[in-house]
Amino acid sequence: MIILADIISATIIFAIPLLLVALGGMYSERSGTINIALEGIMIIGALFSSLFLNYAEKSGWGASHAQLAMLLAILVGGVTGLIYSLLLALASVSLKADQTIGGTALNLFAPAFAIVLSWAVQGQGQTTIYIPTWIKITQANFGLTISENPGFWEAMIFKNLYLTTPVAIVILALTIFLIYQTRFGLRLRACGEHPQAADSVGINVYKLRYIGVAISGFLAGIGGLAFTIAAGSGFQSTVAGYGFFALAVMIFGNWNPIRIFGAALFFALFKVIGSYSGSIPFLPSFSGIKYSQYLYQMLPYIVTMIILVFTSKKSRAPKAEGIPYDKGSR
Amino acid sequence: MKINLKQAWHTLKNKPGFESFLASAAAIGIGLIFGFLLLVIFKAEKSVYGLSQILVVGFSSAAKFSKVLYQAAPLIMTGLSVGFAFKTGLFNIGASGQYMLGMFMALYSGIVWQFPWYAALIMAMLGGAIWGAMPGLFKAYFNVNEVITSIMFNWIGLFAVNVLLANIPMVLADYYGASNPDRTANMSAANKAAIIPKWGLDTLFDSTYMNISIFMAIILAVIIYFVLNRTTFGYELKACGFNRNASIYAGINAKRNIVLSMVIAGSLAGFGGGLYYLSGTAQYTIEKLLATMGFNGIPVALLATSNPIGIIFSALFISYIQVGGEAMQPEFAKEIVDIIISVIIYLSAFSLLLKGIIRKLIKQSATAGKEVAP
Repeated sequence: MIILADIISATIIFAIPLLLVALGGMYSERSGTINIALEGIMIIGALFSSLFLNYAEKSGWGASHAQLAMLLAILVGGVTGLIYSLLLALASVSLKADQTIGGTALNLFAPAFAIVLSWAVQGQGQTTIYIPTWIKITQANFGLTISENPGFWEAMIFKNLYLTTPVAIVILALTIFLIYQTRFGLRLRACGEHPQAADSVGINVYKLRYIGVAISGFLAGIGGLAFTIAAGSGFQSTVAGYGFFALAVMIFGNWNPIRIFGAALFFALFKVIGSYSGSIPFLPSFSGIKYSQYLYQMLPYIVTMIILVFTSKKSRAPKAEGIPYDKGSR
Repeated sequence: MKINLKQAWHTLKNKPGFESFLASAAAIGIGLIFGFLLLVIFKAEKSVYGLSQILVVGFSSAAKFSKVLYQAAPLIMTGLSVGFAFKTGLFNIGASGQYMLGMFMALYSGIVWQFPWYAALIMAMLGGAIWGAMPGLFKAYFNVNEVITSIMFNWIGLFAVNVLLANIPMVLADYYGASNPDRTANMSAANKAAIIPKWGLDTLFDSTYMNISIFMAIILAVIIYFVLNRTTFGYELKACGFNRNASIYAGINAKRNIVLSMVIAGSLAGFGGGLYYLSGTAQYTIEKLLATMGFNGIPVALLATSNPIGIIFSALFISYIQVGGEAMQPEFAKEIVDIIISVIIYLSAFSLLLKGIIRKLIKQSATAGKEVAP
């Protein structure tokens, strides 16, 4: 049973970055801008929040105010991601450039910049920025005692609990409300579906697209931190393609926040089965094959493809996404 | 003579390609200045040395220049792969996976079947084509966005190639007595006939990196240019990318064309994988990282605005400053070169804006010239 608890808790911690970043991508695409730069934005957010946590650890202040420091780190990740994403908005909204070009440039810049900056801060060749262990939420935070042999629920909840998890859930709830229940959400969606119509009733399409991209930058920045925590060995100038997976999760989730949540959990579950394959008893072990773990690591991608085949006939992207809005064109 | 020069300048500046060329040159200049500023910030006293390494090392010796050509050949291929797909309205972010499959097929046919190099290269194209067909088929028949399929098949390809290579003892280095079990065999031990011929260029350039692959890459770029711009087939593919519904209305089979575009794009990337790993100098190590050569094809294509001939030059340029970037280590991280490339790509997104400025400048200089003349 304890292995099941482990799997559930690992699934959740890997689903959180996917959820955050895919929601971010959704804001951007709902406003009409394809954000292919999610990967790069994640790296920037992860870089600065990791540096912040590292600094909090070194100054000695962090360990005594662990969750406050973590909340600040989340904000640092979000804000740096937001600032970085404005470069995409500038290119693709204001200057009406091809959205893949700006995004590709940002994706290329981020990992290189992260390596150069980590070297500059930590010394040559020191590429890994270690994250302190005190950021984890433990039983002690709730006044509980840490038991020697945790039961099912205790293991499931506290094995991998970080502040990013509740924050992501709150953001999900907020997003559902914002997109479907508010004037802002309606306007944002209008800009992604038919910007000319939106403009004709006095909505500032450029402004809303800036806001859409900026929110996606904020969420992707936090997602970068969430990924670094999930990966567990510190920040190494990469988010291992999670920005692109998030894009897949967003499409898989059909640009709908609740379905994105489901898709993120689904993708994370198969990812975890892939990496836990050795310790799950009922899975065949393919003992005659060298590196058989790679067979399981293919699983999430293959399963996603199969499911996409069945679901994407109904898939409907925002109609105007990817097309720069030009007031003068018909 | 003076008049001739003036006339030449006049015809040159009115050519549509000229402004694009100047815009790219301006983007490259600004990118290099940005890179230099970074060097100054991080290590001011070595900054001039760093920049000169980036700018000069590629031409400093025949051996370094062969390294530039050696890396440029597969880069042209992945750039062509991405660029060709762009021209037909598809974003092929899967060149990395197609490149991996090309490498696998080249190594497998070259070593296990003992194919000669040209046959192994054709197998590499086939491998890339199969992997490229996937996003095309999924898009044409199941309405799945090609970006997603490409990303998924990059990872599926990586893991599949790793498992396959690890379980075919003949292609691994330790089968031939080398110590590392996670590395593919040295081609000169496994099958000498599968190594791409050098035609004496290696002695001429005094470098084992030098072979004829750069020429093959350039020839393919010219062929792709011809297909896209001079054939009905190429026109249909482009029309399909420009407006799918209009092309269907005009009687073009859009589904078939999407698949064909991706098959061709995939085969180009796969050929690149073959070129690199049949050179006799490269050995693949089983690891969990996607091949960067595939992703570098994206900036190569973007910098050349997907023009196949332009891709030859942009790949040479990127390979050139990458060789320079490696030479500036350990004083600076070689990633500074990636930053420079990313700035150049970002600015090329502004090409319309840059072109406008350049047009204005040319006009100004022309009117200024007239005022002085009388």
